[in-house]
Amino acid sequence: MKRLLYEFTESFRIAWTQIRANKMRSLLTALGVIIGIVAVTLMGTAIRGIDTGFQNSLALLGDDVLYIQKWPWGPVEDWWNYANRPVIKTRNADEINRIIGNTPNSLLEVAVPVSGRGSTIKVGDARVSNVYTIGTSADYAKLSAADYREGRLFNDSESTAGTAVCVLGCDVADALSPTRSIIDQTVYIDGHPFRVVGVFAKQGEFLGLFSFDNQAVLPLAAFSKYFSTKQNAELRVKVRDKTRMTEAKEELAGAMRRARGQLPGERDNFSINEQEAIRAQLDPIKKGIAFAGLFITGLSLFVGAIGIMNITFVSVKERTKEIGTRKALGARRLSILLQFLIEAVSICLIGGVVGMIVAYSLFAVVRSGAPNFPVEFSPDLVVVSMMVSIVTGIVSGFAPAWGASRLDPVVALRYE
Amino acid sequence: MTAPSASPGQAERAAISRNYRPPGAVVIEIENVTKLYKMGEEIVHALRGVSLNVSRNEYLAIMGPSGSGKSTLMNMLGCLDTPTSGKYHFSGKNVSTMTDDELADIRNREIGFVFQTFNLLPRSTSLANVELPLIYAGLSPGIRRERAEQALRDVGLGERMMHKPNELSGGQRQRVAIARALVNRPSIILADEPTGNLDSRTGEEIMQLLEDLYEQGNTIIVVTHEEDIARHARRVVRLRDGLIESDARQA
Repeated sequence: MKRLLYEFTESFRIAWTQIRANKMRSLLTALGVIIGIVAVTLMGTAIRGIDTGFQNSLALLGDDVLYIQKWPWGPVEDWWNYANRPVIKTRNADEINRIIGNTPNSLLEVAVPVSGRGSTIKVGDARVSNVYTIGTSADYAKLSAADYREGRLFNDSESTAGTAVCVLGCDVADALSPTRSIIDQTVYIDGHPFRVVGVFAKQGEFLGLFSFDNQAVLPLAAFSKYFSTKQNAELRVKVRDKTRMTEAKEELAGAMRRARGQLPGERDNFSINEQEAIRAQLDPIKKGIAFAGLFITGLSLFVGAIGIMNITFVSVKERTKEIGTRKALGARRLSILLQFLIEAVSICLIGGVVGMIVAYSLFAVVRSGAPNFPVEFSPDLVVVSMMVSIVTGIVSGFAPAWGASRLDPVVALRYE
Repeated sequence: MTAPSASPGQAERAAISRNYRPPGAVVIEIENVTKLYKMGEEIVHALRGVSLNVSRNEYLAIMGPSGSGKSTLMNMLGCLDTPTSGKYHFSGKNVSTMTDDELADIRNREIGFVFQTFNLLPRSTSLANVELPLIYAGLSPGIRRERAEQALRDVGLGERMMHKPNELSGGQRQRVAIARALVNRPSIILADEPTGNLDSRTGEEIMQLLEDLYEQGNTIIVVTHEEDIARHARRVVRLRDGLIESDARQA
């Protein structure tokens, strides 16, 4: 055991001397690994960035919220079966809340109606168009984990009375009143005056498609009064225990069927959506991107590995006589194998470390230049790429090192 | 291992006593050994049945023209190669059937090699070169260093420990190689044309060093084609066509 340790340290010493003695050659060989590691690492940061983006987006939907809507999230083939479904109305929320109230140990907490449309909001000369304006109840506060940068959500009485108050997304608030607080100012939503009572903290975008910071939230009664008398809505239902999502979903389906008065045997004429549905759709895409990306960048690492293998073959050839001498002095096969493997691994590790530094610098540049670009660097990426370097060294150095270890000492000693 | 408190003199005596067996104890026993090589289609009989015993503290020269089987015999004696048929016992152990790694251990512990071309590692210091066999023996860095320094002092290179081979003369390089051969206290020292790459005066110095080592109780086998070199030995074995032609003692 001790002997192996001494041989290990000796091998590292020899590897270091060799690398220093052949600086140019080692550098060029390491360059292949550097490029490979940079490519793989950057791809790793990109994949992780995309993944985090997905997670953040999904978190915006809430992992404990079920959405009752006419259409399911995700593609449908038999669209004609969905098109004739009745529209979901705001009163369905009241009905479901009543059923929840009458159900002991209900898994559901509260149903919140949400009606929405695009509006233009103005204050003085400032205007923001295409703001997603929603009308909802004061229970909205229970759904949304979002904090308030300033102010609050409208309260129950404002909600019931349909007071003309609103809460703005932070981007809207900043666009309308960049220099001073917009709280208590009156804004004009499609021409109707509303008093601002709160501003949401920054929430982010959903998959880059929809910004949660570009919203205005009003009491449902006010929304209905000014913008839509049809009472069309979606329902957001908060679940008490998110580990029992499936049961909660069943209970909600039952409640909605009762609210709708659907007959037994009739198919649900509504869809219950949750973030899982989106995750299920996005995951294969994400995995596809990750796989393709890593495969392509992996090719460059593979080329680097071939370089290592080549240089190790050259090194074994050049030092055949040395191998013979070492064997004559008592080196076993394993000793010789280790020596050349460690040499290959050392070059790979140097490549890996330099590659990591380069990748991190590039990452830092991208981060500072384009903060929204989905890249994310993490310490485990460092560990992973060091492991990849070591494995690359072992794999590519193995064949030449194995050959060296099997050399006949008589033949090796005669080699000139 | 010597006690840490021992003075160098005691350490030396302890080293000698460790390997000490009475002169006459047989180290090498070769019985009717043959070796065949395939050179393409042709089969070469390098050794056709050689028997040879070497005892402790002998000074033996193996001579013969090229093609006589001299090198093959040397490889066999050095446990670098195994015979096609016949028996080879080294210190009572049957070497003919050993695996590569077992042979490596025998070479490490029992045989000190001195090569014609020195075979030093070019980028390592004298000290590191001499330490090499001790690494494969699994000795700790402290003991390695102590022993290597002692071996270098023994061959008169106490002042050249941190020099690399290209900073040394030919004679000094061969001294480093001899220190390396001695450092693990082997049963035999096997020198293959040890003066072949040296001028005659330096060669003579190296032969004197071998003579001294012999006087100290070491067993020495020199393979050479030079009569001048063989003259130093106490016993000369001549090979021709894969057979021992003569085996004679000399003063």
